[in-house]
Amino acid sequence: MSQLHVTTKINGDETEFLCEAEDTLLDVLRDRLGLTGTKEGCGTGDCGACSVAVDGRLVCSCLMLGAEAEGRDIATIEGMATGDQLHPLQQKFIEMAALQCGICTPGILVAAQSLLERNPDPSEEEVRYWLAGNLCRCTGYDKIIRAVMETAADMRRAS
Amino acid sequence: MRYEAPRRLEDAVSLLAGQDGAHVLAGGTDLLVKLRSEMIEPEMIVDIKRIEGMREIAAEDGGWRIGAAVSGAEMGEHAGLVADWPGVVEAAGLIGSTQIQGRATLAGNLCNASPAADSVPAMVAAGARVRIAGPNGMRDMDVIDVPQGPGKTALERGEFIAFVWLPARGEHSSDAYLRFIPRTEMDIAVVGCGISLSLDDGDRVTAARVSLGAVGPKVMLVEEAAEAITRRVLDEAALSDLAAACSAAATPIDDKRGTIDFRKHVAGVLARRAAVIAAKRAKGETA
Amino acid sequence: MALDDTKKTREFKVVGTRPDRPDGIDKVTGRARFGADMVAPGMLTGRILRSPHAHARIVRIDASKAKALSGVKAVVTRADFGEVPEDVADVLDNCMAGDKVLYDGHAVAAVAASSPAVARKALKLIEVEYEVLPHVTDVDEAIKPDAPVLHEGRQQETVPEGMSQNVIARSEFGHGDIEAGLKQADRVVERTYRTAATHQGYIEPHACLATMGSDGRADLWVCTQGHYMVRNTCAAILGMEQGQLRVTASEIGGGFGGKTVVFLEPVALMLAKKAGRPVKMVMSRSEVLRATGPTSSTSIDVKIGMTKDGKITAGFAELRYQGGAYPGSPVDMGAMSGFAPYDLENVKTLGWDVVTNRPKAAAYRAPGAPMAAFAIESAIDEAAKGFGLDPLEVRLMNGADEGTKASYGPTYPAIGLKATLEAAKLHPHWSAPLGENQGRGVACGFWFNFGGDTCVSLNITPDGTVTVSEGNPDIGGSRASMTMMAAEELGIPYDQVRTIIADTGSLGQNEVTDGSRVTFAVGLATIKAAEAAKKEMCRRAALVWGIDEEAVEWEDGAARPAGPNAGKFPPMTLKEIAAIASNTGGPIAGHHEVNAEGAGVSFATHMVDVELDRDTGSTKILRYTVFQDAGKAVHPSYVEGQFQGGAVQGIGWALNEEYIYGDDGILQNAGFLDYRIPVASDLPMIDTVILEIPNPGHPYGVRGVGETSIVPPLAAIANAVSEAAGVRMTQLPMSPPRVLAALQAKAES
Repeated sequence: MSQLHVTTKINGDETEFLCEAEDTLLDVLRDRLGLTGTKEGCGTGDCGACSVAVDGRLVCSCLMLGAEAEGRDIATIEGMATGDQLHPLQQKFIEMAALQCGICTPGILVAAQSLLERNPDPSEEEVRYWLAGNLCRCTGYDKIIRAVMETAADMRRAS
Repeated sequence: MRYEAPRRLEDAVSLLAGQDGAHVLAGGTDLLVKLRSEMIEPEMIVDIKRIEGMREIAAEDGGWRIGAAVSGAEMGEHAGLVADWPGVVEAAGLIGSTQIQGRATLAGNLCNASPAADSVPAMVAAGARVRIAGPNGMRDMDVIDVPQGPGKTALERGEFIAFVWLPARGEHSSDAYLRFIPRTEMDIAVVGCGISLSLDDGDRVTAARVSLGAVGPKVMLVEEAAEAITRRVLDEAALSDLAAACSAAATPIDDKRGTIDFRKHVAGVLARRAAVIAAKRAKGETA
Repeated sequence: MALDDTKKTREFKVVGTRPDRPDGIDKVTGRARFGADMVAPGMLTGRILRSPHAHARIVRIDASKAKALSGVKAVVTRADFGEVPEDVADVLDNCMAGDKVLYDGHAVAAVAASSPAVARKALKLIEVEYEVLPHVTDVDEAIKPDAPVLHEGRQQETVPEGMSQNVIARSEFGHGDIEAGLKQADRVVERTYRTAATHQGYIEPHACLATMGSDGRADLWVCTQGHYMVRNTCAAILGMEQGQLRVTASEIGGGFGGKTVVFLEPVALMLAKKAGRPVKMVMSRSEVLRATGPTSSTSIDVKIGMTKDGKITAGFAELRYQGGAYPGSPVDMGAMSGFAPYDLENVKTLGWDVVTNRPKAAAYRAPGAPMAAFAIESAIDEAAKGFGLDPLEVRLMNGADEGTKASYGPTYPAIGLKATLEAAKLHPHWSAPLGENQGRGVACGFWFNFGGDTCVSLNITPDGTVTVSEGNPDIGGSRASMTMMAAEELGIPYDQVRTIIADTGSLGQNEVTDGSRVTFAVGLATIKAAEAAKKEMCRRAALVWGIDEEAVEWEDGAARPAGPNAGKFPPMTLKEIAAIASNTGGPIAGHHEVNAEGAGVSFATHMVDVELDRDTGSTKILRYTVFQDAGKAVHPSYVEGQFQGGAVQGIGWALNEEYIYGDDGILQNAGFLDYRIPVASDLPMIDTVILEIPNPGHPYGVRGVGETSIVPPLAAIANAVSEAAGVRMTQLPMSPPRVLAALQAKAES
């Protein structure tokens, strides 16, 4: 089996890796690049724990081949904070207890960030539908939805 | 397994024609699930996203040509397409989550050949056609002729769908698609219904196409249902006839997603609701 | 232990506030390490071959081709495990089948290989010859005398002759005379209720990383609710001494009871032993659904007698729970808990533990209780509404209180049931108007709460910060609670304490994170450990001051002379005492080891509004309010989170979640696509009202809160849907086809 050589950008950094043709982007991130913040909950695109942004578009990294990353710009949870400065969503999730076990949290944060980039003033319904592909079994979503809405309000005030 | 990402249509065709067990990758939202669950073990995957035009929505013959790798999210962001074919766009927009929307395509949804595919009834109602690239050049086919049964398509070796084409949208015309799922998101359609119609100045239906998904081995165009509302105003009687025609046409099975009785009944319910939405849109009202 | 008067009126400084959780930053940045996130040098991939049959005899397993494949380092089958103690025999058989496979997905062999691809290939090379046997997956079918039998000779003596051997055990609870009670009733409601099996649905699949040296020492990294349980169970199965196996708990991505047992761990250790290399195993989602613990599916007969003014004269329930392929369904807990909210003269429950060809049921949040509550709370609702009575008033009239003899035996101390009902009655939700096709339902729920073996070690560092070591995985913010209780007791700020989950080598035995026990029991041990440290610090101060240690007391984070007679000394803060610890006798620590008792039962009342789409049978949850007694809410945000999470799991159970088996005994929905847990867009906000009726058994009055919240929702939603539909729903899930069929049947009748 000859491996593929892929050049891509991950969280702003030029990155090269070798992978098998059948490796998913999730496999590559977790097992080859050590970026284990992106989680596998189902491997079938049903839970959203593996959410990343590819060229600014939210996708499930379990449903994309590593080879497809060639020349793309990939953003994962590891790139969300700037140095020791948390993203406002990250800060708000901690403040408002919008996580319990935390396994779905990276995917939800990446998805919520993608929403707020497109829609700085989402309604509750818009937040709920945008995040419908991110399963959380602990919280009942209440505090997650509130945290996203409050972050959006804070960010609107700050801008 | 090999991974290839050709830049030209012809190269994709020759790769697909030259290799047993070659699969096309566009959005990958079905293909990768099958790959991971070992339902398929491809020798080669041909990624068509880097071929010119595959990620474009372009005006053509008064309608729209949609590249095979255009995602649902990209369709939803295209104002012209949304204005002309809101039903097709919303059907594509119902496939999976926001994340799936970032990748899933009309062509992929069609080639997966699931009877429950959301975008297919909408495309059938719209009278959509596909342009197929293959060893003998390009050929066109009506969307309804592509699926041949669960998991089977009319495509031949070396062929793949390069574009979907939606026809010109006439005056006082619009479409709608509704599906029933147990939750509000993330489910496969238990029943789907697409309706495209045109109205005259007196709100009378002048032409209609009605299609149903998930109630038979293939998406079906229900001519009796279209006939039931053509030349009529969509009043209670017309809608009842439409619903009855759809329920009668449905030939579903009992499975983990729904029962025969439920699906037949709901086929009528959705047809009635979709017709009302399509008619409102055709009149220029928001729906 | 008694709650003394000073503590009843205690003013808390840290407890009751909402500080940031200590693991927050790790969890929002992706740094937190869960089960699958660990690697080891030379690590192999372990994978399991699973049965494609519901019930079959294993005639032959030939792994020679797999062993010959390049990159395969070990193959394990049941033959690799020796005889094991009886109490873990079923556990091992569930982890690796012996003579028979008992359900679709049952493990039959495992490999360790150099890559996932090689491991996948190796599994395909293992030849298993099966003799397929008849199977049974439905509980009512399994109890029939002619049903296929899973286990011969396992039936207990309490089961009458003539019943299928699949009926393993009988349990009975109650007091009074049911027949006499029914005679006093003006109305008797008698119905059979059914619930489908549901899965805990944690988002993190099971995962572990095992290493074992040729000297027999082993290490295991694992996502579990109880690493001490994992150690003890694996040591027994592998014939090891417990001290030779060190287990470290990873961060855990949800459990809800499903991670209180082992599945992969003994197999991973055996593979690591044979291969001489570390082995990592991670389940796929489909493996999780096919082969780890769902809950029981049930069939329950209820008979309730009520007078026209709402007095319950008799309550009877017969419960049949299938617990999957091995004995031990939670039917006894269903039988104990169903009538627990009520003060009844005549009450009786009868439970039957039944085996079927399904995965062995594991605990799921208040195991056994939600189904019993669904049946009983539905019947009470129907009886009350039959007389036009207010369902909250009827529950208040019959509700249990301090001094009530519970249906399962004990007499209650101070409890919070009526407080939750009174709060519900006064809440604006109860009086809000309802629209067309809408219904409102209420129901009560009860959970025992557990205590159990617990160790906490609290250490004072030389600079006067505090570390707490405890042995229970933090599944939903418990490190924050422990930190808060330690800070409270020591009188120091929250950020001066850090709590860690210690490995099995660092503390004595700790019971699993279950039974809503952690904030109660580990909290209690933390407070006691802090008290021990305080006592020692007072002694050190006494030494410095040259006074009696009894003359020193601890207040606001410092040792102080206790009263004017003790002498005049400025207070010595914790930091000051820590700084000179080396000169006053050495390091300072407190620890506490206990089998905690006095957990304090917990009650809740739930209220829900639904709207039906009468054309499709679809139910929308419009509004939801949880009223629950927390004893004392240590971190109210995480208490609310438990209430909300339990309610939403209950919503899933009530409306859409179910294990669907085909006639072939194969699970048809082994994925999150068709095993439909609630998504964000399905739900409204979940309002919460925290009641605080102190638990006399805890120094701060804490009761467990994690489980009670899943007990009422099934019934509350069924009561709401039944009201909106005008027809009584008796079977879960109330999926759209089922509700539509009920509406159509009613229209036709």
